[in-house]
Amino acid sequence: MPEKRILLKHIDESGSGDIQSYEMQGGFEALKKALAMQPEAVLAEVKISGLQGRGGAGFPCGAKWELARKASGDQKYLICNADEGEVGTFKDRHILQHAPFILIEGMAICAHAIGASKTYIYIRQEYRYLLGSLRTAIEQSRAKGYLKGFDIQIQEGAGAYICGEESALMNSIEGQRGESRYRPPFPPTSGLFSCPTVINNVETLAILPLIIQKGADWYSTLGTNKSKGTKLFCVSGDVDRPGVYEMEMGCSLRELVEDLAGARDIGWVQVGGSTGGIIPNTELDTKLAYETILGSGAVIVFNQQRDIIDFVYRTIEFLNEESCGKCTPCREGTEVILEILGRLLNGEGVRSDIQNLMTVSKAMKLASLCGLGQTAAVPVLDTLKHFRKDYENRISQAELLLNLQPI
Amino acid sequence: MAREQLLNLIKEEQARSGYVTESGMKAIAQSLGIPLGEVFGTATFYSFLDTKPRGRHVIRVCKSVPCYLQNGEKIASFIEKELKIAPGEITADGQFSFELTNCIGACDQAPAMLIDDDLYGDLNPEKIKAILQSYE
Repeated sequence: MPEKRILLKHIDESGSGDIQSYEMQGGFEALKKALAMQPEAVLAEVKISGLQGRGGAGFPCGAKWELARKASGDQKYLICNADEGEVGTFKDRHILQHAPFILIEGMAICAHAIGASKTYIYIRQEYRYLLGSLRTAIEQSRAKGYLKGFDIQIQEGAGAYICGEESALMNSIEGQRGESRYRPPFPPTSGLFSCPTVINNVETLAILPLIIQKGADWYSTLGTNKSKGTKLFCVSGDVDRPGVYEMEMGCSLRELVEDLAGARDIGWVQVGGSTGGIIPNTELDTKLAYETILGSGAVIVFNQQRDIIDFVYRTIEFLNEESCGKCTPCREGTEVILEILGRLLNGEGVRSDIQNLMTVSKAMKLASLCGLGQTAAVPVLDTLKHFRKDYENRISQAELLLNLQPI
Repeated sequence: MAREQLLNLIKEEQARSGYVTESGMKAIAQSLGIPLGEVFGTATFYSFLDTKPRGRHVIRVCKSVPCYLQNGEKIASFIEKELKIAPGEITADGQFSFELTNCIGACDQAPAMLIDDDLYGDLNPEKIKAILQSYE
């Protein structure tokens, strides 16, 4: 399966950066079409398309939007999640950089469908260099009347991975610490300022103009039974050609990393982001989809020279730093796992380490407040499953050293 | 003014004073009618907010896995040697402060860094020397 550049082609052909050239390429025609439809009809199209959230969680968009539409309350919000803090992910940056009008049009379509009179773009501060052109695009869109009935407010983050998590993001907009919330209630019922809220990723919103223009039926012919459409993948690490690639859902990981990105001598691949699953080099024919493995679409390639325990250590160090600290399983669990991995790396591993890693991992998965803590142990559990020998060797070496030391 | 302005007010204070000062936080607390602790709690939550002085320019080198795989640590060491400061420190002339940061979304241009709001990717020692010089 070669690359399937649908969104990327749309981005490439969206004009040279000002609204006139976007309109000349057919920009905002999808919005006009959507505005001529009843909101419920737009909702129905999104449901038929099978579109699921592209930020990593994959929640069905049509269902989410419908919940918000039907929720009680006069004030409803749409938030575009442009925090893109997931390690190895830069597709939203690409969209913001090269096609802000496509995002704005997608947001306008969504706002119409759910009845949101106020919208936000929450953009990470690390992307401040994109803010100028984004603001200009919003101003030009407003001036041409494309933002009738709602407006777009930009809220910048301030360097916090957890603020990409939807409930922490809402708290951040509300002027609170970026801590996660207890659920229920869920955002479509009670979200930003306790109002019905839809939060969607940049890529999710950017696909909408195409779905409206070319039809949900067309979109649903792409991909697999359970994962419709195409996905932007971000390949990095030990590859010759890192970058953003677009493939149909259900594509082969091997094709993406070897044929397109030029990876050789692969040891393992992490798919989905910092808490993504680990695919060893014996399973490169794994298909990429929600029902198999996907996440944000981040694909980090590691060659055979890389040390897997060191990789897991760095990953947990990241999660430990970025944990909001509110719930004990994540705040303390990441500390404990980090301590164990640190000793393994230093030649101080002991027999009970593997069991303790698994016990803490299971507790975090079960009891953490949000996705960060719930999935933090995935790299640990996956590497224990596929590379257990590496852990055991580290422990055996440590025991040997211990036995050799004079009493 | 409403509580939702807090993060933006703190950012304004940082832009004005170079960092988030205690007097700045007290003024914000007063204008929003909230305890100082709430302002402090929010200011210290975010890694791009500093309650201590910084250099005129803030260098942030990415230390996450994709940049690490492309020699990110060598880049950080090189900057340390060039500027004679460790991460967390400020140069003697106050020009640069140096920090290690987590993934900045430039993994296709690894190893990468931010200086203030500007992104620099595909780094090597020669490029870094030229970049640092451009801030003189």
